[in-house]
Amino acid sequence: MLEVKNLNVAIGDKQILNDLNLAVAPGEVAAIMGPNGSGKSTLAYVIAGKEEYEVLSGEVLLNGENVLDLTPDERAAKGLFLAFQYPVEIPGVATMTFLKTALNAQRRQRGEEELPIPEFMKRVKQAAERLDIKPDMLKRALNVGFSGGEKKRMDILQMALLEPSFAILDETDSGLDIDAVRIVAEGVNALRSPTRGFLIITHYPRLLEHIVPDTVHVMAGGRIVRSGGKELAAELEKSGYREYAGESEELV
Amino acid sequence: MTAQIIPSRTAAETALTEAFASAKAGLPGNRAVARMRDEAFAAFARAGLPHRRIESWHYTDLRALMREALPIAPHPTPQALDALRKEIAGLPAQSLVIVDGVFAPELSGALPAGVKVTSLGAALGRPQVTESLAAVWADAEDAIVDLNAALMQDGVVIEIAPGTKIAEPIHLVYATVAAKPSARFSRSLVRIGAGASVRLNEMSFGQGGRTGQTNNAVILEVGDEAEVGHTLALTDTQPGSVRLETFMVKLGARAKFDSFALITGGGLVRRQIFKLFDGPDANGMLRGVCLLRGREHADTTLFVRHAATGCQGRQTFRYILDEESTGVFQGKIIVARGAQKTDGKMLAKALLLSDQATMNSRPELEIFADDVLCGHGATCGGLNADQLFYLRTRGLTHSEAESLLLEAFANELVDDIGHEGLVKAYRAEVAAWLAARVAP
Repeated sequence: MLEVKNLNVAIGDKQILNDLNLAVAPGEVAAIMGPNGSGKSTLAYVIAGKEEYEVLSGEVLLNGENVLDLTPDERAAKGLFLAFQYPVEIPGVATMTFLKTALNAQRRQRGEEELPIPEFMKRVKQAAERLDIKPDMLKRALNVGFSGGEKKRMDILQMALLEPSFAILDETDSGLDIDAVRIVAEGVNALRSPTRGFLIITHYPRLLEHIVPDTVHVMAGGRIVRSGGKELAAELEKSGYREYAGESEELV
Repeated sequence: MTAQIIPSRTAAETALTEAFASAKAGLPGNRAVARMRDEAFAAFARAGLPHRRIESWHYTDLRALMREALPIAPHPTPQALDALRKEIAGLPAQSLVIVDGVFAPELSGALPAGVKVTSLGAALGRPQVTESLAAVWADAEDAIVDLNAALMQDGVVIEIAPGTKIAEPIHLVYATVAAKPSARFSRSLVRIGAGASVRLNEMSFGQGGRTGQTNNAVILEVGDEAEVGHTLALTDTQPGSVRLETFMVKLGARAKFDSFALITGGGLVRRQIFKLFDGPDANGMLRGVCLLRGREHADTTLFVRHAATGCQGRQTFRYILDEESTGVFQGKIIVARGAQKTDGKMLAKALLLSDQATMNSRPELEIFADDVLCGHGATCGGLNADQLFYLRTRGLTHSEAESLLLEAFANELVDDIGHEGLVKAYRAEVAAWLAARVAP
């Protein structure tokens, strides 16, 4: 369960999120759509704990607990996951090593035992097969030399292994061809569960044909300006974001 | 009236002069060698310890940094060698041990057929050896090399017969038994015959908290079409120590040479490499990782001379500098007239983990041929914030994320060593350095 309450965020002198309110229930898949510059990625980064943003006021509650004072890793250990618009390349770190390090780091933070290696290998193999990730990719340095689609699939693989209670997907479809979007969407759909919430950030309705959301929110000028069901995405496909452009200019 | 400037001798320079005068009668070699020592010492005495006005020593002012010259280590006693024998029981096979500058065959392991090993002292009478030792080309005119030539106590001469192929490394192990802080001077010559394939690993053993001053030189001649892997670990130099390492490599036609060095810590480390592409179409790689903290200072200075056509040279060095440490990288690639189709590249990257750390990078190119591909680069900065954030969103704490990135930065070069056992050993050294790091 994610609740964002009256969130105001600035970077430098510029306010980007304005009194933003949003609630996503357990099991709910919520989509946030909006034009470029509306603050969608900022919202994702602030929830995940990126340091360069200044939270002026408001709260972000994850399963009832305000996470704004927690570090990014503490938030991750509490069950938050962010799939990046541009997953970062980490030269020199073998993907498999990274996956094991991340999984065990979270388990340690939660006071759990490290996962035995055979069990870890089994889980990676299963998730990789589902996402069409070749074993060879797991031996290479994380995301280095991966195509856009491979990087996104690697992020979804991490999500599958880390089993978050809430996942944010930031423009996961950007730069992907239709087949890649389908594979990524299938990976996400496989992880839908009554206890796991999703926030899907996108500005193309296309992704939402593959990951069908329960709710759709339109973001403009740093706040949610309209909310509705999945039909809202189809409506935006026809009308575009023009009618919200005024709000962007006024507030940003 | 003309004024003559006579630089005043530092205490260290005076001590070295006295040390040479009292030691020279006991140093190995015939009269020709003694003459060579005299000439070398005279050259050193004229120049004195290198200082910042000597271009290649600009960032490592040895004259100012080396306050005293320690006495030359006494010849190790049989008792000391016996005690050391127990300590070194765990060394890998094919280890050649140099104790306080002197080769100890009784502590050294057997080597396969095709490898001949003698002590430098015993080999010095042979004209061919004297010639090889003296044939230090012009780039290597350096006071520290002169000092080594004058005072070399001993070392090994390794001769590999043409065509010999040895998969496992030959280890050159530098050990110390002297009870008091002392100085050691060794010079070794490794001659690799045409078409041979070997691996040489240099490492230290048993510094055991002792400070000291080391001036080692290794001369490596790689025959035509030979393949040589070389690794060097300078990982247990103690604070307050001075470690001067000279490495001269001459590559024959179509030779393949790959060298990696790891420097962690120590007081003052200066490593100078003179690499000469002597025959056409050779391939020579130099890589290095330097991990420093405290007030450590480590300098890697390269002179790479392309004297033949069609050679490929790669120089890749990485530094991680913490606290108040200082890193120095100087690399000069010289492409001689006529050395067409040279492909030479050099890259130094430094990660500074503290505001007080300093990196001095100076890459240089001198090109006298017109059909070449040469380039160099140097970067200096902190850890990448996007990478850190990405890792932290995956659950790694700040210090775990930093460690992972630092380890990766170093191990990218370690992993290219090309020998599983050595990769493991060098990775372990990197991990040990990181584990001892005090997270900010």
